[in-house]
Amino acid sequence: MSDSDTIFALSSGAPPAALAVIRISGTQAGVVLRAMAGKLPAPRHASLRTLCDPESGGELDRALLLWFPGPASATGEDLAELHLHGGRAVVRAVERVLAAQPGVRLAEPGEFTRRAFQHGRIDLAEAEGLSDLLFAETEWQRQSAMALASGRFSRCVEGWREQVLMLSALVEAELDFSDEDDVASDSVRRLEQGAGSLMTEMDAALARPPAERLREGIRIVIAGPPNSGKSTLLNRLAERDAAIVSDIAGTTRDLIEVPVAFGGVPFLLTDTAGLREDSGDAIEAIGIERAAAAIARADLVLWLGAEGEGPLHPRLWEIDARLDLAERAAKRKPLLRLSARTGENIGALVDRLIALAADMLPPMGEAALNRRQAALITACRDALHALEDCGDLLIAAEHLRNARRSLDALLGHTHTEDMLDALFGRFCIGK
Amino acid sequence: MGAVMSTTRTTDHDVIVIGGGHAGCEAAAAAARMGARVALISFTRDAIGAMSCNPAIGGLGKGHLVREVDAFDGLIGRAADAAAIHYRMLNRSKGSAVQGPRVQADRVLYKRAIQSMLGALPTLAIVEGEAVALDLGENGRVQGVILADGASISAPAVILATGTFLGGRLFRGEEIVEGGRTGEAAATRLAEQMYAAGLPMARLKTGTPPRIDGRTIDWAVLEEQASDSEPWTMSPLTPGRQVPQIFCAITRTTAQTHDIIRANLHRSPLFSGAIGAQGPRYCPSIEDKIHRFGDRDGHQVFLEPEGLDTHLVYPNGISTSLPADVQHDFVRSMRGLEAAEIVVPGYAVEYDHIDPRALDHWLELRAMPGIFCAGQINGTTGYEEAAAQGLIAGIGAASAVLGRERPVLDRANSYMAVMIDDLVLQGVTEPYRMLTARAEYRLRLRANNASDRLTAIAMQAGCVGGERAAWFEARQAAKRQTIKALQQSVTGHSLAGHGVAVKADGTRQSLYEWLRFPAVSLEQLSPMIGEIAGLDDDLAAEIEEDARYAPYLERQEAELRDLRANERIMLAGDMDYRAIVGLSNEMVERLEAARPETLAEAARVRGITPAALAAILVHARRRAA
Repeated sequence: MSDSDTIFALSSGAPPAALAVIRISGTQAGVVLRAMAGKLPAPRHASLRTLCDPESGGELDRALLLWFPGPASATGEDLAELHLHGGRAVVRAVERVLAAQPGVRLAEPGEFTRRAFQHGRIDLAEAEGLSDLLFAETEWQRQSAMALASGRFSRCVEGWREQVLMLSALVEAELDFSDEDDVASDSVRRLEQGAGSLMTEMDAALARPPAERLREGIRIVIAGPPNSGKSTLLNRLAERDAAIVSDIAGTTRDLIEVPVAFGGVPFLLTDTAGLREDSGDAIEAIGIERAAAAIARADLVLWLGAEGEGPLHPRLWEIDARLDLAERAAKRKPLLRLSARTGENIGALVDRLIALAADMLPPMGEAALNRRQAALITACRDALHALEDCGDLLIAAEHLRNARRSLDALLGHTHTEDMLDALFGRFCIGK
Repeated sequence: MGAVMSTTRTTDHDVIVIGGGHAGCEAAAAAARMGARVALISFTRDAIGAMSCNPAIGGLGKGHLVREVDAFDGLIGRAADAAAIHYRMLNRSKGSAVQGPRVQADRVLYKRAIQSMLGALPTLAIVEGEAVALDLGENGRVQGVILADGASISAPAVILATGTFLGGRLFRGEEIVEGGRTGEAAATRLAEQMYAAGLPMARLKTGTPPRIDGRTIDWAVLEEQASDSEPWTMSPLTPGRQVPQIFCAITRTTAQTHDIIRANLHRSPLFSGAIGAQGPRYCPSIEDKIHRFGDRDGHQVFLEPEGLDTHLVYPNGISTSLPADVQHDFVRSMRGLEAAEIVVPGYAVEYDHIDPRALDHWLELRAMPGIFCAGQINGTTGYEEAAAQGLIAGIGAASAVLGRERPVLDRANSYMAVMIDDLVLQGVTEPYRMLTARAEYRLRLRANNASDRLTAIAMQAGCVGGERAAWFEARQAAKRQTIKALQQSVTGHSLAGHGVAVKADGTRQSLYEWLRFPAVSLEQLSPMIGEIAGLDDDLAAEIEEDARYAPYLERQEAELRDLRANERIMLAGDMDYRAIVGLSNEMVERLEAARPETLAEAARVRGITPAALAAILVHARRRAA
């Protein structure tokens, strides 16, 4: 794989669909466009053209074309967009013709964004935001990703960086010029104040719920003994038959995860193997083990088993899910009574889940930090914290240098290739 | 680094050094210590080793440079000791990583010490004369130097250490004089040749204060500053104080001083527009200070005697280019100086320097292989900065001619490398002065561990004489022995029993680890480690700080590994930065001027963003593929 290749990929969702958008980026984009559509369209104006296979002359599709000459394009390179009719056959035919052009190949995952980053169109924090934006399926996720992608978060970190630089300057002045009487004498007090207010800001950012929860959804594990109706409830919530439902105990042997959205909030529903101690089946035993792990990671456990016998978890809701069975052993004080089978009272559960989300997700439109970002801000914060009771100005300067380095890393000022590869490898193809 | 040179010894010399200031002397001596045949050209033999400005050596950051040059067996540290009439350790209250050893030196004694050390080098010849031109061969490569009397001397490497002799202009009030220092001819014909070569040039300014007759100062009313009583020296090879110590004094500018200066600002070439070049922000002229910090009611002025046999006093802190009559009036407005007589008025000098980004890391001009530049010609200020560059250029030139491996110097092992790296990658916008803040790895670059960091490297480069080598071996042996003795582990309880202020509990760790606590000193541990020959106060202080900073240095290791990985990614010297999409014009210009040799260097060029760096990396990889 070379960065000098021209790349293309389907940027819209999987066909069939009404439309399919293919993007082409790189030095050959213009050549390819001319070969397939005659002359180049006017930059940044949509024009309707017939696309042909340059080799056979065969007509491929009647398409809307957009032409963005670099460097003022999303990737910083020459960029073309083909808005095709969204049938599978059309998309496949165009992809085949593109791949046959010299110097042109299918893009690697995240390669469009990587090029945008390399050409200085976006910084690292923006790139990460963009990645989240691509994954964003719900309104809540989209707004949070926008806060990152629009650079609001970068500006905030830049601001911190500037303040840390100011504090460094204070210390350095004291170190290098203290023998000159013009250096202010209240620098220690100013250092403490400055570090204190920075830590407060960082703590506030760190206290916000993490981005992973926003991207992956609030984790809800449905748990209970075998045959307690877990899969039925999952299917009811997901409104499709994701889990096999039968009345044979132990039917669900592995975890079944279904992402759903209620009211613009992402949730990840997990159905687990029934928790029973005496399973003779090795595969089912593994499933039970995984269920225990899923419960440990869960944000919420919906417990369908006997009252008070659920797993230890800080947020466990007792649910009586068999309102339709008159002869059941009804729970005395469940949070909710509902029927997974008939759907009775499911709306009340959904409302409760949405209300819970308001506490567990970052406020809409605020940048949510992912684990890497949170770790770096924590490192910066800890370096600032170490300034307290630090009698040696030299060591104070070293702490400040480390604080600065953490922020630099946050904005991508470290430049090891591994980090970039790891980061860009997360991107779905075509953006 | 630099071109390979032929090692045939058909030339008169291996290395020619033009200029006998701090850079030139150090360059000539370093090359000669390595065994190169060196010619040092100076207008007069007597001018060699002259201190043209403030007779002080060392200070914050600068003291580190002196100790590092000394660790390479250089001249400046020992010459400073031989001439020191006043010792002062700046920043004494802070960690030794930022302490600044500084001395006042007697000009005459200093010059004598330098000349005597140069005289002791068997392969070094001093040539009196004016170098008027470089002798460039048909291929444009330097092959020697032509003197004013028409004689030419040949060598495959020439080091230019000509100070401010390029396009120098002297300003004192409305007076303007062409030339370098007062009373000396400027080497303008050589300068013409440098201009003709089309090297990138820029202009800077610097200034000096008036010199005062010490007999007209009322010392009795002034606050005295005595020489330090602790017997430290600039070079560890110097056995204590060499000459009688005298005191300095402190006075202050007054409201009246400021009024006089303010009323005459229009007569200063700095404010009339006659001087356009940038002066140093960290060492402004007194008229700048008063103009920019108008709210201050006074500025400190240090009165520093220039020697034992002279009455001249250097008033540090009032460099000026105001007319002589204004200087006279404002000097007399200060306490103790009411009747002071000015012997030589202060002046400002504006001069051209070579943009140091045209140099490689051994100070060789990329466009003119074989020509090295050191000192003020590269846009720096200060004796110490000049001396360190001289040492580097001398080693660089001698290694090339003698076909030797050059020593490895980097930002993590020396201030010298920090300075060179800053110069050749960033260039200068004001006269470059060393500051400890410039060094990222300051905790390991201490003034008191320069030998530990550098002397072994210097010995390997063949740059160290027998006396220092013997001293160094003995010291390292004592250090190893001490550290070994410190490996025994003891409990807090048992330490407290020896009267050490630690928590008397069962915590058990090695004595070396206990040394990390500020309350624990090596002296307190001596009953436990026994008598160790050669463990003196300096070595004890070094070991204590090694232990103290060890946790921080360990943390830096990961960072240094990353840095060194990027140092291994080479960038071609002819890399076409304009072909890299996404670099701004500003970035392209800076990269073209600095021509970084590695990705790590490119990362240090100002304004190079991570995105730009990624693009450069990709481009470099593509070329290599």
